[in-house]
Amino acid sequence: MDQQREHILDIRDLRVQYHTDTGLVKAVEGLNLSLARGETLGLVGETGAGKTTTALAIMQLIASPPGRIAGGSIFFEGEDMLAKSEEEKRHIRGGKIAMIFQDPMTSLNPVLSVQEQIAEMIRLHQKVTDKEALEKARDMLGLVGLRPERGPDYPHQFSGGMKQRVVIAIALACSPRLLIADEPTTALDVTIQAQILELMQQLKQHFNTATILISHDLGVVAQLCDSVAIMYAGRILEKADAKSLYANPQHPYTQGLFNSIPDMTKNVTRLNTIAGLPPDPTELPPGCCFAPRCAHASGACSEGSPRMVEYKPGHFVACSRMNGNGGGALGPAEERGQAHG
Amino acid sequence: MAPQRSAGKHMGNPTTAPPLVETRGLKKYFSTPQGPLHAVDNVNITIARGETLGLVGESGCGKSTLGRVVIRLLNPTAGSVFLDGHDIVNYGKEELRSFRRRAQMVFQDPYSSLNPRLSVEQLISEPLRIHKVFPNERETSARVKKLMDTVGLAQRLATSFPHELDGGRRQRIGVARALALGPEFIVLDEPVSALDVCVQAQILNLLHDLKDEFQYTYLFITHDLSVVRHISNRIVVMYLGKVIELADHLELFENPQHPYTRALLSAIPVPRVDIARKGRIILEGDVPSPVNPPAGCRFYGRCPSRQDICAVNAPELEEISPDHFLACHFPVSTGGN
Repeated sequence: MDQQREHILDIRDLRVQYHTDTGLVKAVEGLNLSLARGETLGLVGETGAGKTTTALAIMQLIASPPGRIAGGSIFFEGEDMLAKSEEEKRHIRGGKIAMIFQDPMTSLNPVLSVQEQIAEMIRLHQKVTDKEALEKARDMLGLVGLRPERGPDYPHQFSGGMKQRVVIAIALACSPRLLIADEPTTALDVTIQAQILELMQQLKQHFNTATILISHDLGVVAQLCDSVAIMYAGRILEKADAKSLYANPQHPYTQGLFNSIPDMTKNVTRLNTIAGLPPDPTELPPGCCFAPRCAHASGACSEGSPRMVEYKPGHFVACSRMNGNGGGALGPAEERGQAHG
Repeated sequence: MAPQRSAGKHMGNPTTAPPLVETRGLKKYFSTPQGPLHAVDNVNITIARGETLGLVGESGCGKSTLGRVVIRLLNPTAGSVFLDGHDIVNYGKEELRSFRRRAQMVFQDPYSSLNPRLSVEQLISEPLRIHKVFPNERETSARVKKLMDTVGLAQRLATSFPHELDGGRRQRIGVARALALGPEFIVLDEPVSALDVCVQAQILNLLHDLKDEFQYTYLFITHDLSVVRHISNRIVVMYLGKVIELADHLELFENPQHPYTRALLSAIPVPRVDIARKGRIILEGDVPSPVNPPAGCRFYGRCPSRQDICAVNAPELEEISPDHFLACHFPVSTGGN
């Protein structure tokens, strides 16, 4: 229980399933994840890896039916989220845990002024007068780099980047302990993305909020995160502090992800990508979920999920190559040419 | 079915060989209630036979419109587009039809660009049927099989429908449709933007292999700078309807001269922690509206090195060193930044 006092968030063996016409979708399958106070964690994976489902499970927002949390536990500040009443959950959502959604174009209410949308959040969670809430809302606009005078304006009067600033202002309005940002810059152009990442970096220092940044983009995660977890087919395959993971990715899937990105420092004609596709979530393979696509797969890989091994202090890998055979013998860092510069 | 491909030997030498594609004074304005929207404004580019020209810019800079005008999915407001020396702008119906066999397009979104009611076989054979390429079904179907092999689609998928396939396979169908008529020139409009990074790499490899085999000429439109650097021979940077810089792909990345190009390159999130967090140039504000753009340089409002002249006098695209073109009064190397 010591761990839970240190960690703001502790997820153990989480399983989330959706019942669909084509079968039982195992979106999250035995996920373990913890987050320290003030830590910014990048949760990286491809479409369908279960990143957003994990976020919704933390927020207790899995729509049921068709979804349900089939097992495991989520402890937030030492308290069991799954045991909370609806009333308590409502108090936590937006107040203690806030979320930034991917698409700023659709996550704002088009018929409310932006200051009203920020004030709404403050009134819901804090005992303030309407006037105080509005003042605080305008302060928040300033904090995210918008002119407070623009408070009475409506979402359509703002550009995409500015709308995402408003969304961030709403999320941070009640000083949450945990912020979940789901692909916060994916819908934005690269120069606007740079502005938003810069803002998030400043706010991170200002509020010191523990953050989970969900992204498919290893570049974006490198800008902001202290630690990184790589997700695939509902599981975490590798987790480490950002420096160790970027310099020395150990799991074959993580290595494949890096190899798929055209390297700006090298000139190659073909990319060394991973063959095939992620598994069908209604029919996950037995054993390691990545084994069918893995160049290093052996018979052992289809027998039971590989457990997380601490490859070096703080760097965890779920790969059977790590078990007993003097793990990491393949020298992936050299393969990627990370050593130069 | 392979068209004549005279000149693999001209590859990578865009200045001496006659270009396969050339635009002169190309303009495309759309009328809006607020005034004309300058989507493409006086663009002059050439694409050599066998070259991949990368076209980058942010949303609304006119890159997709340019791609569409170049193969006449849209008619230009003014200017010319030459394919092999022939101006295609005034082509009539019959000429346009034969032009379509030489120039094709791959669209961005493989989820919305395929008819959901046609099978893979029907989707790929559609261009062959429309252009009556083969006299009978047997030859058409043989060609479809061959195309499926070429783009890496398993034959068993011939009877599948788009909704049964993932994004990568759908984009392979889009590529197969574009290749069906044996074109020389292919416009690829954000062909990998909707795809996950591993699938994106698979499609980029496919496009590279196809070019190796058939010497296609590509106009590759993207907002993703690491992709464009990877696949292009030369790169064009657009801002608000104008070409602002054009250079060899390595030259552009190593020696960018336009303040916008520099900011754009520095904004790329590099997947490395050792170099990711320093030296970024953060531009202020957003890309302004292309409706009634101001006189002078269109980057004026956001430019870190602007001077008074930039507000009144729009810089022309000029060759500042061999094969490096720039439209800026105060290039970076002259202390402009």
